[in-house]
Amino acid sequence: MAKRVGIEVSLAVSEAVKLANVDVVAAYPITPQTHIVEHLSELVADGHLDAEFIPVESEHSAMSTCCGSSAAGARTYTATSSQGQALMLEICYIAPALRLPIVMSVANRSLSGPISIWNDHSDMMMSRDTGWIQTVAENGQEAFDLTLHAFKVAEDSRVLLPMIVNLDGFTLTHVIEPIEILDQEEVDRYLPPYKPQMRLDPENPLTIGPVGMPEVYTEAKKAQDEAIKGAKPVIIEAWKEFGDLFGRYYKPVETYRTEGAETLLVTMGSLGETAMTAVDQMRAHGKNVGLVRIRLFRPFPFEEFLQAVKGAKQIAVMDRALALNGYGGPLATEIKAALYDEPNRPYIWNYVAGLAGRDVTVENFTEMADGVEAAAADGLRSGYTIINVRE
Amino acid sequence: MIEIRFHGRGGQGAVTSAELTALAAIEHGKYAQAFPSFGPERRGAPVMAFVRVSDEPIRTREKIYEPDIVVVLDPTLLDIVNVVAGLKDDGVVVLNTTKSAKEVRQATGITAKLALVDASKIAIETLGVPITNTTLLGAMLKATDLLPPSALEGPLQVRFGRIAGKNIKAFQRAYKETIIKE
Repeated sequence: MAKRVGIEVSLAVSEAVKLANVDVVAAYPITPQTHIVEHLSELVADGHLDAEFIPVESEHSAMSTCCGSSAAGARTYTATSSQGQALMLEICYIAPALRLPIVMSVANRSLSGPISIWNDHSDMMMSRDTGWIQTVAENGQEAFDLTLHAFKVAEDSRVLLPMIVNLDGFTLTHVIEPIEILDQEEVDRYLPPYKPQMRLDPENPLTIGPVGMPEVYTEAKKAQDEAIKGAKPVIIEAWKEFGDLFGRYYKPVETYRTEGAETLLVTMGSLGETAMTAVDQMRAHGKNVGLVRIRLFRPFPFEEFLQAVKGAKQIAVMDRALALNGYGGPLATEIKAALYDEPNRPYIWNYVAGLAGRDVTVENFTEMADGVEAAAADGLRSGYTIINVRE
Repeated sequence: MIEIRFHGRGGQGAVTSAELTALAAIEHGKYAQAFPSFGPERRGAPVMAFVRVSDEPIRTREKIYEPDIVVVLDPTLLDIVNVVAGLKDDGVVVLNTTKSAKEVRQATGITAKLALVDASKIAIETLGVPITNTTLLGAMLKATDLLPPSALEGPLQVRFGRIAGKNIKAFQRAYKETIIKE
């Protein structure tokens, strides 16, 4: 029976990895991911998890080791953050190209400089185009549930791609909250043992990851693009199955009080909860505001997003990363592209907020809703604002 | 929803206080959120830790700006930190102090409800070390109806294991000795 416990979110993620009965964990500790990896190393050392824990010397080695172990047919897990992910990025491009279903937690953190250990989505955006499937957790329960979901999706023979579960560093990783932890029997019903389609095996030699000459590179990339786009139905199906078994249903795009809303806020990650409180307050004051939360970031759920914002007059998109010198934050740019072909597309203003742990308050979301309405009314050319800047 | 801010110095157990409060509340069937002031940890430096406790699911991740309860683990912090910043009008300040309410009010200008306990003395006598976190949890529960004192015993047992008995004793003694002044 699932048990509701008070637990640090990082430890709940480790428990999910344990319940997934992984074969190999290769990871290097980095704030704010550290507690996940520390706890996994304890679980292995204490005999609660029968896995190889490989304390590698760098994140580059972590991902290299993960590629090797996944190619050998082992259920493989790692976790990182920020600078660590930057260091492993070279190999992050390799894993999806080799169709290796590695699961990785990223405790989202800003990128230096200035040197910073605090939470934003710079690392998520850095790995945007690597070809990993990416989901984003909003709270501790989701971080736990999405971790199990990630193994289910990544290893599905129709997918076979690595998958990142993003969870906000500190704002989630270091918080103690109530989380329902499934038991082993329940997880086993959801997640079957990993059956690799093919694997490195000395008895049956095969080549994985050879050079892609100009004659095949384009075809290989086209196949990879089709693979990640084609993963979406499986992602949705695995969420449906999770919901049918455990009662918690997830969707690529979630809506909150969007019925009849003229103005929508769009968020990704843990600040969705703060935004919900802001929506409740604004609705109580008679303002027609709703919230759209992106749970699936890659592949981007374009159809579901268009459906979710249908009928809205204006949208305030919050980004937690800067695309320096770009047309707006990465999420807003994506959304603007998604809406380009829509005949009655809503007005969009982009707010960049919560960089490197800068607090984003309920009041800030009210300001964003007011701000996008004012900008639309004034007919301002759509743009972006970095909020909470001391000037 | 009740919001609590703990002030301590690195190493005194402010973060543990926050965690234990949340764990006790969750075990008691409530919703709770405990989090430290995120950043590098330095022994002796002023630190804060935060808790939200609610009967409903908690749907905010912003920092705590207007606490209902402030708990101060170290008396010397009163001189260097404005511990009552943002405190609600009907809030309560739980202090580790040897001073009387009148002396505290004169020295600090705090007008809020006070809960006073000589936590350092209790900690030294009961635990043998001046770590005042479990002691002040006793004082906090005396001053508020946040949770019944028995709710803390389970989490104290799990956290402190072998030395849980001493911590429960310090907690209970503080609960008895805390003086409340409106």
